[in-house]
Amino acid sequence: MKNNMDFENIPKEKFEFYNRDEIIHDKKLDTKPVGYFKDAMIRFCKNRSSVIAAAVLLFLVLFAIFIPILCSNNYTKMPTDTTYLQYRKLLPKWSLFAWAGWDGCSNETLNAADYNARRAIAEETGMNPTVEVFRADYEDPSSTTNTTYYDVRTDSYIKNGMIYLTLTGAEYQAIQDWQNETGIQVIYPAVNTSSYKIESMKNNANLWYECTPKGTPKLDKEGNFVPLYKTSGNDGDYDSLRIEGDDGSYRYAQVTGSSTAMSFKVRVFTYTYFQYRYGFEPSFIFGTNNFGQDIITRLAGAARFSLLLALSVSVINLVIGAIYGAIEGYYGGAVDIVMERISDILSGVPFMVVTTLFQLHLAQKVGVVPALLFAFVTTGWIGMASSTRMQFYRYKNQEYILAARTLGASDARLMFKHIFPNALGTLITSAVLVIPGVIFSESTLTYLGIVNLDSSTMSSIGSMLSSGQSSLTTYPHIILFPAIYISLLEISFNLFGNGLRDAFNPSLRGTED
Amino acid sequence: MFKYVLKRIALMFFVLFVILTMCFVLVKLLPVIDANQFGKDMNLIKQRREALGYNKPILVQYGIFLKRSLLGGDWGISEALYRGQDVWSVFVSKIPATLMVNIYSMIFSVPLGLLLGIYAALKKNKWQDYVISTAIMVCISVPSYVYALLVQYFLCFKLKWFPLQMNSGTDWFTLPMFLSVVPAVLALGFGSISSLARYTRAELSEVLTSDFMLLARTKGLTRAQATVRHALRNSMVPVFPIILGEFVGILSGSLIIEKIFGIPGVGQLYVNSITALDYNFFMLLSAFYTLIGLAAGIVVDISYGFIDPRIRMGER
Repeated sequence: MKNNMDFENIPKEKFEFYNRDEIIHDKKLDTKPVGYFKDAMIRFCKNRSSVIAAAVLLFLVLFAIFIPILCSNNYTKMPTDTTYLQYRKLLPKWSLFAWAGWDGCSNETLNAADYNARRAIAEETGMNPTVEVFRADYEDPSSTTNTTYYDVRTDSYIKNGMIYLTLTGAEYQAIQDWQNETGIQVIYPAVNTSSYKIESMKNNANLWYECTPKGTPKLDKEGNFVPLYKTSGNDGDYDSLRIEGDDGSYRYAQVTGSSTAMSFKVRVFTYTYFQYRYGFEPSFIFGTNNFGQDIITRLAGAARFSLLLALSVSVINLVIGAIYGAIEGYYGGAVDIVMERISDILSGVPFMVVTTLFQLHLAQKVGVVPALLFAFVTTGWIGMASSTRMQFYRYKNQEYILAARTLGASDARLMFKHIFPNALGTLITSAVLVIPGVIFSESTLTYLGIVNLDSSTMSSIGSMLSSGQSSLTTYPHIILFPAIYISLLEISFNLFGNGLRDAFNPSLRGTED
Repeated sequence: MFKYVLKRIALMFFVLFVILTMCFVLVKLLPVIDANQFGKDMNLIKQRREALGYNKPILVQYGIFLKRSLLGGDWGISEALYRGQDVWSVFVSKIPATLMVNIYSMIFSVPLGLLLGIYAALKKNKWQDYVISTAIMVCISVPSYVYALLVQYFLCFKLKWFPLQMNSGTDWFTLPMFLSVVPAVLALGFGSISSLARYTRAELSEVLTSDFMLLARTKGLTRAQATVRHALRNSMVPVFPIILGEFVGILSGSLIIEKIFGIPGVGQLYVNSITALDYNFFMLLSAFYTLIGLAAGIVVDISYGFIDPRIRMGER
């Protein structure tokens, strides 16, 4: 121990070089350098509400992209096929959430006659439109009529019952073949309507029993319906499923026309006819609208259009605004004054007026959508241009620009290589924040009917809402889903955009924690 | 200041003039409805068209338009919507409904918006602030027609508090009329409440952290005194012009709310004139909307100078 303490006389040979062979370098950085965009990304991720908004946004966009693909058996696709008109105002039904009331049923109060008419559907087809009876056969003291009432839960998919269809021989045969194959009854026996006095009763396919002249069922002593099926006449040799209780004498069609071009008027059950036509049981997750069109695919299509329009408007605005603002800000002086006046005048034009004029003028020549796009772009780029201009004024007199200019950089290089990247963050943010505004304006315009994008295959959220408004009190589901979608879209876009703005704003750095 | 105001107003009229010229040219390029289909009003409309120079070259027509319409206040007669009636008087008769709904909604939303904003700023980063800020965010983003439909469904249909549509007639100040206007007022109000509250919160919370507030407290003012006398006044500088601007803007109304609640106002007239292709209405209303928009902008800019003498508008 004593030797070790002797620091002053350490023998020379005991020294050795720490690192004789290698040259000592500066140590490499352990952490990666954080650039502008990466820093923005990190700060964006810290903002919880923006991240949630981004996730919701992603979901909504995926919804818009994939729903029309997944639900490609959308039955309104064929322009000539108007069968969908028979499936109006069906309520939302999703077998996954049937327990939560998402079962296509609704509660209503029926009088005895309507209740019996529903019973008749149940008796004939075996599918009961009345799912549940809450309160049966009670009298309403406030009502003056002496009828009784039923509080029931009704399945909207079955309650429409039968319709009359006029088929060609081939179609008639095809349905019969399909019935034989699957064992599902589509065509029900024809009815002898001669006892019905009113024309509308003769055309009502749901009547197959004896009625009073007013259309209420005449029941026999046991309370059963008295069938009025047709037992005579030609039905084109119907050779397929027969309903229960048929001894082979019922006729399944009324034949009209000459023997070379015969047409068959048949009673078909809307529910099973849908199965025959489209290969799956009718079940619409968001229900159907006033015309019987599937709401979910229309909504997704409308959202797709809105998003695409908004995206292209924002990109075009970004490009025009950036170039315009760059020229304004970089050259300054007289150029700036003249260009500012131009954008001043343009920004004074009310958007509504521009859109209307474009719709009146251009819609017939280039189509509704390009006219709408022009209208958005005409005044939309001004905001982008002015923020670019501001950024240019901020950076154009800085020393590094002077240095680059001294080295001989051209104007265009200075503008877009040296100054513009500084403005990129704010521009991206404002481009994102343009999107919800465009979606909102687009839906307002389509709601008001100034722009009409509605057709059998395409729609817009605004026109979905305005067409549903007439049945707001009776069928709120027509409005509910588009309204939810657009609200979510707007909220999440705004939150996302705000998060982006905060993330790209270096002056907010470090203030959060 | 005076010079600046004059300059702004001159510029406003110049912009209005340019926009009207554009509208005029574009509208004149559109096909005119054949006068022969108007039946008994045919001669009247033909005469009016003759007076407006429909058969003359477009430059002459433009001269007539400037002289008669812009300076003389004669905007022609309606051809499709209100056959044969004077456009200007129909337009004037539509203003009260729009004005009433919007004034009510301002009366309802301005105090509420300010109060909510102030409360949120005072409770900054506490749960009250989070609740209010979230609500504001949601209310600003959700489009106004969604509220309108919600109000219509729940308050008007389910609870039956108000009628579904606004009453017709001109008895503006009776109770049933007021009740029928309430849903529209609510639907319009949500948006402006939340935008006002957001502005107020942002401004006030910035002012509250500034140095002079600390000074005010150190010289012995209570928190309430300091907030009301120093912070609130300063935070109102950017907020107040916005309110003023909205007051000017209420004339133009809300197209979509007027449609949903059946308010017989200017907005509906505009939408109907577009669908019916009634160009005289369209010209008048375009001029009106442009003027309102420009005027609101000027009022906002000028009021900055009046509210806060430190701000000198138009100086470099």
